[in-house]
Amino acid sequence: MIAPSHAIILGLAAPLAVALLTPFLGKRPQLRDVLGPIGGVITFVAALQVALAVIAGDTPEWLVVNISSGLDFSFRVTALGAIFGLVASGLWIMAAVYSVGYMRGTNEDNQTRFAAFYAIAVHAALAIAWSGNLLVLFIFYEVLTFSTYPLVIHKQNAEAIRAGRLYMGILVGTSLMLLLPAVVWVWLTAGTLDFKQGGILSGQLDPALAPWMLALFAFGIGKSALMPIHRWLPAAMVAPTPVSALLHAVAVVKAGVFTMLTVVVYIFGYDFVAETGASTWLIWLASFTILASSVIAIQKDDIKARLAYSTISQLSYIVLGAALASEMAIKGAGLHIVMHASAKITLFFCAGAIYVSAHLKKVSDLNGLGYQMPMVFIAFFLGALSIIGIPPLGGSWSKFLLMAGAAERGMMLVILVLAVSSLLNVWYLLEPVMRGFFMTPKQDVKVSYHPLVVIPPIVTALLSVVLFFVPWPFSTLISMMVMP
Amino acid sequence: MIDWIKHLPAIIVVLPLLVAVIAALLPARFGWVLALLATAGSALASVVMMTDFMTRWAGFRMSYHLGGWAPPWGIEFSVDHATALVIMVISGLGFVATMSSKSLFANEISSDDLGRVYGAWLLTFGGLLGLVMTADAFNLFVFFEISSLASVTLVAMGGGYDKRALIAAFNYLIIGAIGATFYVIGVGFCYAMTGTLNMLDLAVRLPEVNDQIPVYIGLAFMVTGVMVKAAIFPMHFWLPPSYGHAPMAVTTLLAAVATKASLYILVRVLMTIFGGIDTLPQLILQWVLIPLSLMAILLGTILAIYERDAKLMLAQSSIAQIGYIVLGFGMGSLAGLQAGFIHIANHAMIKGGMFIGLGGLAMAVAGKTKLNDLAGVGRRMPFTATGFLICGLSLIGLPLTAGFISKLYLITAVIEAGYWQIVAIVLFSSALSVIYLWRLIEVMWFTPSNSGDGRLPEQVMIYAPLWILALANIWFGISASTITEMSYGAAQVLMGGMT
Repeated sequence: MIAPSHAIILGLAAPLAVALLTPFLGKRPQLRDVLGPIGGVITFVAALQVALAVIAGDTPEWLVVNISSGLDFSFRVTALGAIFGLVASGLWIMAAVYSVGYMRGTNEDNQTRFAAFYAIAVHAALAIAWSGNLLVLFIFYEVLTFSTYPLVIHKQNAEAIRAGRLYMGILVGTSLMLLLPAVVWVWLTAGTLDFKQGGILSGQLDPALAPWMLALFAFGIGKSALMPIHRWLPAAMVAPTPVSALLHAVAVVKAGVFTMLTVVVYIFGYDFVAETGASTWLIWLASFTILASSVIAIQKDDIKARLAYSTISQLSYIVLGAALASEMAIKGAGLHIVMHASAKITLFFCAGAIYVSAHLKKVSDLNGLGYQMPMVFIAFFLGALSIIGIPPLGGSWSKFLLMAGAAERGMMLVILVLAVSSLLNVWYLLEPVMRGFFMTPKQDVKVSYHPLVVIPPIVTALLSVVLFFVPWPFSTLISMMVMP
Repeated sequence: MIDWIKHLPAIIVVLPLLVAVIAALLPARFGWVLALLATAGSALASVVMMTDFMTRWAGFRMSYHLGGWAPPWGIEFSVDHATALVIMVISGLGFVATMSSKSLFANEISSDDLGRVYGAWLLTFGGLLGLVMTADAFNLFVFFEISSLASVTLVAMGGGYDKRALIAAFNYLIIGAIGATFYVIGVGFCYAMTGTLNMLDLAVRLPEVNDQIPVYIGLAFMVTGVMVKAAIFPMHFWLPPSYGHAPMAVTTLLAAVATKASLYILVRVLMTIFGGIDTLPQLILQWVLIPLSLMAILLGTILAIYERDAKLMLAQSSIAQIGYIVLGFGMGSLAGLQAGFIHIANHAMIKGGMFIGLGGLAMAVAGKTKLNDLAGVGRRMPFTATGFLICGLSLIGLPLTAGFISKLYLITAVIEAGYWQIVAIVLFSSALSVIYLWRLIEVMWFTPSNSGDGRLPEQVMIYAPLWILALANIWFGISASTITEMSYGAAQVLMGGMT
């Protein structure tokens, strides 16, 4: 056992150490590739320590340096931060193992650069999770954007460079032009940027201005991929699959919705949001995004593109939970970060495994493949069920809580939206599985296994099952988010 | 106070001016060493002086009477928080630029000329320091002339390999002379009305005659003259060609420090000399400087995006960055002045580093700075290119770099003043600035190189100073309190008049 504040330092230092050591091991790939998983385990243990301390009622803190008067560069873990820290670090272990298999299996260039920036991105995600105030959060939000750029354009062809421009354009553009002024506005209004249970704006901000400030945040946080600023996410799918799996299903996008949720819970205070009705418009925009992106996902034949639109839809569940701003909805949103992460990373792992083993990218080519790689397809099936929200998979808890939250606010139409979305999920997420098992193959496909790309999806799929029966410690942490 | 500290203001200015003469007379091979020693001496003295100031209250002022003649008759050097900060920036950046200059000059200037070049180099450096230090309005004109004539010579040295440098230097000379003349005419009007040249004395006496038309004419001439020198839109047109065609080392020195001194003078003229006159300086800030700075911000950024030569691109971006500084000053508030001073310091580190880095990269491709020529150099010269990249990220205000602190304080000042439209313009242009930096990044790292893929030689005397600035950008982006607090003191001094 180490002190919680030391655990913060350890958890932040481990991925950074991996990133800094990697370039020196470029000539020794074995050693280089084992660094990632080791770093993942260390970081996860640290994150667990931090989370346990939070559950014990402690507030782990680390003041790094004073930026200037009134502004600290510090880390201070909230209940929500503990959740995100656990998710990002825990899934990094699997993703690190998986990316070794994937990068070797597809013989990618520049593997060293890839591994280094991958670790920096994880570092930034953890720093976001544990940030002590809104400014530190913003700082690492930007670091995360910039550190993932080399990963997005990894292939360095014209398509990747174009996607990189869209990625940077939307993420940097929105955060600079909307998120930054929102942060400064909060600072000038409340005189502080610290996260506080119950928020810091209540009584400080004119309720008539609250919807505007919330809008600056909602559109400024491009990473939460609310329509119409979602285009960067499908574009980012040009990156190698491990990036799509960990970053564009877990770290980056969850950093977005995490920020949104943090703003609602610890800056506005969800009671303040509910009282002022600041988020009514956001409920409908999130509902629209949920349905619209599901409809788009149905039309996508490329597996990763389909998963990307599914992610956009699922992220809006969390934004919706934040916008509903009732106790149940906030809890549901917090839990959905965990449940969606473990399920969606499974789906991406499977998509990548299919690509590495059979070189197939399209849903329509998957006919009959299920019998050749049964474990991968079963894992995909479990992940899909969790996202649809069927027991006994973890996703059913968060969806249940979100629906309860909508009922709490008396929003029956929102319940309908969630129900329709589940049906659409069934349609587009189970199609690949059905084709795999129940249709005759179109052509002969040679399948060559790389074990490192098959084990991780199985593990994360089982995790989704386990999370249904044992949602601890997340169940405790989400209750702490809404404690008065 | 320890006794010798009170001589520091004179030492900082006189040392480089004296060594300039020696450097010009001694054989060329001593030039660089002498310049390095002189700039190091000034920089060291500035550090001591600033450290002393950081422990003092914001109203504290250090006065040095040249030759023992008391003001208002004698010439006075005066140092307060604002002066100490700007002196620190100029001397520190001047030293770093001098470090890198030898390697940067190697391809561009024949070694026989180096003695005279370093003579002019030190005159520029010392002139700028004197400009900031002096409290005598006419003496300021003298330093204006010393620094600008010397820097024109330096720009013209580029004529050896690029004839456009001669035209640029000629324009620079004429425009600079016009600016200085305007300034001195303005001083003449004020002298006629008050009979004094000492700035503090002027500040006291001008309000007594503030109903007289000549005072306003004097103000108009002085402000216009300084604006020309500071390259504030629309009087900025001389700057991109002179930076773009001067030898790389000269561009580094000028871009890092030259306009900073003039910007400081601008705010001093408005807030200190004319600070006692009600509303007029405030009106100039609000109705002249803010609109012009916004034009500069937008125009400089857009022109930089369309520029196909990296050196000119950075020069255009300087126009926009000067706009940010002036915008901060234009707010006329404590927070605005603070933001302006913060960006004076940070932009010096950013642009100084970027030009040194660009110089290092360009040397490896035969001194060319067109974007096409730089294809792939990032991969081939990792040390230089990474340092350049860090300074570049600071330019666009990536968090954890000094540029972010500048932006944060500027935005805060503007929001506090309630100008939401201006916030939108500033943020829009800073998002646009990502575009031109990204163009550089894509070319340098992700475009196939024109001539093979092997490592290119990198010079330690280029990437060492570059990395000093790159690390400074990171350091002052995380632990910004040194700069923000000094700037706060500077802003307080200016708001309260020079008392």
